[in-house]
Amino acid sequence: MSAPAPVRRLDVDRLLDDPATRILVCCGSGGVGKTTTAAALGLRAAERGRTVCVLTIDPARRLAQSMGLTELDNTPRSVPGIDRAAGGELLAMMLDMKRTFDEIIATHTDPERARQILENPFYQSVSSSFSGTQEYMAMERLGQLRAQADRGEAPWDLIVVDTPPSRSALDFLDAPKRMASFLDGRFIRIFLAPARAGGRAYLRVLSAGVGAVTGALNKILGAQMLSDAQTFITAMDTVFGGFRERAEHTYTLLQAPGTAFLVVAAPEPDAVREATYFVERLAEDAMPLAGLVLNRVHRSEAAGLSAQRSAAAAEQLAGDRTHVLTTGLLRLHAERMQRIAQERHVISRFTAAFPQVKVAEAAAQASDVHDLDGLRRVAAGLAGD
Amino acid sequence: MADWDGVHLHVVTGKGGTGKTTVSAALALALAAEGHRVLLLEVEGRQGIAQLFDTSPLPYEERRIAVAPRGGDVYALAVDAEEALLEYLELFYRLGRAGRALKKVGAVDFVTTIAPGLRDVLLTGKAYEAVGRRRAGRLEYDTVVLDAPPTGRITRFLNVNTEMAGLARVGPIRHQADSIMGLLRSPRTAVHFVTLLEEMPTQETLDGVADLTQAGLPVGGVVINMVRPPTLRQTDLQAAAKGRLDRSQVTAGLVAAGLSDEPGLVDGLLAEAAELAERVALERQERRAIAAAGRPTYELPWLTDGIDLGGLYELADTLHRQGAA
Repeated sequence: MSAPAPVRRLDVDRLLDDPATRILVCCGSGGVGKTTTAAALGLRAAERGRTVCVLTIDPARRLAQSMGLTELDNTPRSVPGIDRAAGGELLAMMLDMKRTFDEIIATHTDPERARQILENPFYQSVSSSFSGTQEYMAMERLGQLRAQADRGEAPWDLIVVDTPPSRSALDFLDAPKRMASFLDGRFIRIFLAPARAGGRAYLRVLSAGVGAVTGALNKILGAQMLSDAQTFITAMDTVFGGFRERAEHTYTLLQAPGTAFLVVAAPEPDAVREATYFVERLAEDAMPLAGLVLNRVHRSEAAGLSAQRSAAAAEQLAGDRTHVLTTGLLRLHAERMQRIAQERHVISRFTAAFPQVKVAEAAAQASDVHDLDGLRRVAAGLAGD
Repeated sequence: MADWDGVHLHVVTGKGGTGKTTVSAALALALAAEGHRVLLLEVEGRQGIAQLFDTSPLPYEERRIAVAPRGGDVYALAVDAEEALLEYLELFYRLGRAGRALKKVGAVDFVTTIAPGLRDVLLTGKAYEAVGRRRAGRLEYDTVVLDAPPTGRITRFLNVNTEMAGLARVGPIRHQADSIMGLLRSPRTAVHFVTLLEEMPTQETLDGVADLTQAGLPVGGVVINMVRPPTLRQTDLQAAAKGRLDRSQVTAGLVAAGLSDEPGLVDGLLAEAAELAERVALERQERRAIAAAGRPTYELPWLTDGIDLGGLYELADTLHRQGAA
């Protein structure tokens, strides 16, 4: 076996300091410390002089509290306790999905129609309970935050986004395409036909195939639900157009040079497999990948003693009652070194497949991060301090 | 007598990274022991089950993937929302040509992708169908294990049919939604949480238990995964926490083992001991918090060599011995 190619290290500070970096998107599977990474990098950038807005989706309670966030709130608020010596500032917000949706409706339609939509049972479900809406709204909000900055209405020059915690975290990339295929599709025209033609007259006008579809829908959904759905989609029709335009705009924005994607993972087989998926998906969509962030990487200050030698030494001392402590320490060290070896193996498989992807690593912490000092430590680790 | 006799649908959730798919598979194996038929369902399109059992990706077809201890079969299915929709339409409406027409004009796309929440309706619907399916006069599966979405989404996922029932006040969809909720809220269902002895997974578990309870959904047990027993004695841990481990004793031990001249070795080992002490103290807190939830609790060991098929059987056996199956 040839020696693995050296890992290219991601220069985190250079990325954060570069005024050309305007949007930083952290994506990855759940449970890998994505939100912590987003918060930590936002804090570091702010303390190095940037004015940063961190958009989080669903942070753990104590992490949210560490940034002064206590409830869902669509307005970025200044985070107290940061070092402003370099002239930067940190603002943070937790996405309120339903409110974001309501505001879009209110902004893009007249009051009468807005009321109709807000009262429609379909709208109420889609906007608050159906999962998936989160991805759309996160991107919508990102677009808004950026537009505010571009118009000079908001102070931030860097937006750090934490994507929703699921495989579908990259679903937002599909949003414009989906929206387009939906709006231009035959389905919506057929679906809306009865409402537009009024009454039952449509049956005569439309072809037999279309009749079969509406007939089927009527049979499946029932008259009341079909009519609620039609009212909803008719009312949303005007809003959808603008929605699609903005989704396409955000999509282009994400591909632009000012955006950097960070794929976040932990050095475990599942998380790295997901990271592989994210890296490939971003490449497919021509999204600019800045690098891979590996959280919770184990290290040892006694790395010179391998797992095998440590275990063998523990074995040699085992049963000797004067050396119970040393035996325990050697076993502990053997476990640790074995874990490190497993992690290295997982990481090297990734870097062999993607030698061009730069990597930043943060050491595993004995306890969770829930204050600004903890975030500073994580960021310092990533930056290689 | 196992803790969950009478439960036909085991829903397994957990924060990402806690090993929820592994625990689902181990539970399915344990439940299948002694001649039972168990179906393991996966709904997130990750093909996690295929990876775990080291087989090729599962097609949309129930397929036997493992033989359980003392006879019994585990079948697996990766549920695909689009296939489930077409199957559902065929089953309930015998739509034939019109069903295909719906697909052609993009209605199926709409349901499964534009309105992603409707996916959950289809996925829970498939679990419901599998639980109730009969063949030759008896239930086709003795139990169904659902590798469900993560803790943060679980209540919304399971409750999606209540939402549906709110949209369809009458008619077949309403009927279907009510039937699914009937099963999910009944004692025939149990929702188990997989957690680690770490702060965030534990907190999410406790929040999830509270959310489910509030939504009237049946909370099952808590599986604490990847438990690593400390290699140090209690007294040594206490000393390590205070930074008072006896250096000379450690050095003497290393000399006895022939490792005396490694530079920095003693400091490195003591630092690892201090970290272990911190971890063990945190774990004790998390254990107390989990116990306070008052649910049956199971503990699965950390497998040093990673999870392979042998490891899965070992975990299944541990669950069985602790009364989970």
